[in-house]
Amino acid sequence: MNNTGFTLEGAGTLFYKELLRFWKVAFQTVAAPVLTAMMYLLIFGHVLEDRVQVFPGVGYTSFLVPGLVMMSVLQNAFANSASSLVQSKITGNLVFLLVTPLSHWAWYAAYVGASMVRGLAVGSGVFLVTVWFVPLHLAEPWWILIFAALGAGIMGSLGLVAGLWADKFDQMAAFQNFIIMPMTFLSGVFYSVQSLPGLWQVASQLNPFFYMIDGFRRGFFGHSDVSPWLSLSVVGTAFIVVAGLCLELLRRGYKLRA
Amino acid sequence: MPHTAHAGTPASPLPAIRFDQVTKTYRGGLRALDGVSFDIQQGEFFGLLGPNGAGKTTLISVLAGLARASSGRVSVLGHDVVDDYAAARKALGIVPQELVFDPFFSVRETLRIQSGYFGVKHNDAWIDELLHELGLTDKAGANMRQLSGGMKRRVLVAQALVHRPPVIVLDEPTAGVDVELRQTLWHFIARLNKQGHTVLLTTHYLEEAEALCGRIAMLKTGRVVALDKTTALLSGMASTMLRFKTDDALPPAVAELARVTGRIAQVKAHDATEVEQLLATLRQAGVRIEDLEIGRADLEDVFLQIMGGEGSAGPGAKPPAEAAAATAQSLEAGA
Repeated sequence: MNNTGFTLEGAGTLFYKELLRFWKVAFQTVAAPVLTAMMYLLIFGHVLEDRVQVFPGVGYTSFLVPGLVMMSVLQNAFANSASSLVQSKITGNLVFLLVTPLSHWAWYAAYVGASMVRGLAVGSGVFLVTVWFVPLHLAEPWWILIFAALGAGIMGSLGLVAGLWADKFDQMAAFQNFIIMPMTFLSGVFYSVQSLPGLWQVASQLNPFFYMIDGFRRGFFGHSDVSPWLSLSVVGTAFIVVAGLCLELLRRGYKLRA
Repeated sequence: MPHTAHAGTPASPLPAIRFDQVTKTYRGGLRALDGVSFDIQQGEFFGLLGPNGAGKTTLISVLAGLARASSGRVSVLGHDVVDDYAAARKALGIVPQELVFDPFFSVRETLRIQSGYFGVKHNDAWIDELLHELGLTDKAGANMRQLSGGMKRRVLVAQALVHRPPVIVLDEPTAGVDVELRQTLWHFIARLNKQGHTVLLTTHYLEEAEALCGRIAMLKTGRVVALDKTTALLSGMASTMLRFKTDDALPPAVAELARVTGRIAQVKAHDATEVEQLLATLRQAGVRIEDLEIGRADLEDVFLQIMGGEGSAGPGAKPPAEAAAATAQSLEAGA
């Protein structure tokens, strides 16, 4: 039987509901992360602007902005799907979704789509606020769009995986604080990995987040630690792996259907 | 819209719900369902009864896709709930037992969203009707968090009905709600049933099941221990019930037949002669009785008799397969 019609309609509704959910608390979900990124920029920029130059001719504050924008995209894309799903599971209202005809594809598209919108909205907010204070060029803007979209997609998917796995808020916080946060901070948001000692350079290059940030930054400066094509390969592969895992868990009803 | 005809018309060959040898064993070995088989015909108002832990909610969870059967099959209007889940779920409206809600949305938003999940857009006319029928019109713009428990329960019912499912499943919908809501709800659900919707109800209020359900299945430890028309279950019981109040101890001959709740004793009797004998026994033992009533046995009596039997199903019960066959025969006969 072909259920594509109402599945697409239903996926659209779930997407809209997920957008509405974060928009209704936009101070918490959009404005607050923008403010946090601004704080990072003010503090690190003020302290390091005259002491550090990562790329030739690029001030430290300018270098920092793309990293902060991308970090905001990644963290908020993750937070959206993860918090929505785990809240629905714990409060029990996920039952309203479980009894619908929506396929696992529809769940995936809606949750990850909405996460991407939130991640990109917060990232755009950070960019629009900082661009008034910091001179920035868009040397190769296509890389900005590609890595922002792929990064948000990966993190939205990963958030969904975490939301499926976590049975309580504590587990979700552990996932966020012990996995997502260190991998984000150790990915070159605040520095170039070229400045690290050898062992840490190798470790950074095993972190897919590094390639997301480096590829994204390439779009601004036309300059990156590794080739953007290598970054695209790593990030693209990571997206396929995480999306595949997420879809399989949804298809099986992992921790959703007893 | 309903798929078929009114309750009481000859049965359709396609059951609204079919449970076929359904078993469910949870991790850890708990066997919640053990070979459950029965059909619910289109247009029926069907009751599913059983004590806590009997498997009622597990059975409904398997039907709704919230749990997966370990073996066996379940279908809704011929659509398998696993292989053809989308069509099966579209035909079902489930009112869950737990009082759950999404705190981000208003009542109307909640209903519009639920409707959209089922692919039903531009559904405001039906949503308005549901709000009216369930006494929620003045709460349409209120956030779910602002509603009382009873109002939230009404929204749960509206959510289940918002896509106009032909088969409605109510899992203890009146647990802990006031009389007004019960009346509103049953009036509305009975009307939907008359319009052709099939209704499957689980409840702990046996008087509700007796008043509403044309047929009843009773579950005990995951097995069907009774399955018949409500009238047949009642007629299978000793038909007379002696009720009285007393402060005295009952003589052994009466005590072993009686159900005692505080000062109130209830004793079954088959006929007037037996009633007379019971009264004589009480008189001889010097038991002083007050507020004597003689009434008919009700579903609660049937329920207690069936559930009280260790491993046996009691007089109204048949083994599952036999019970299903008997029911199928009675339906085929147009009874």
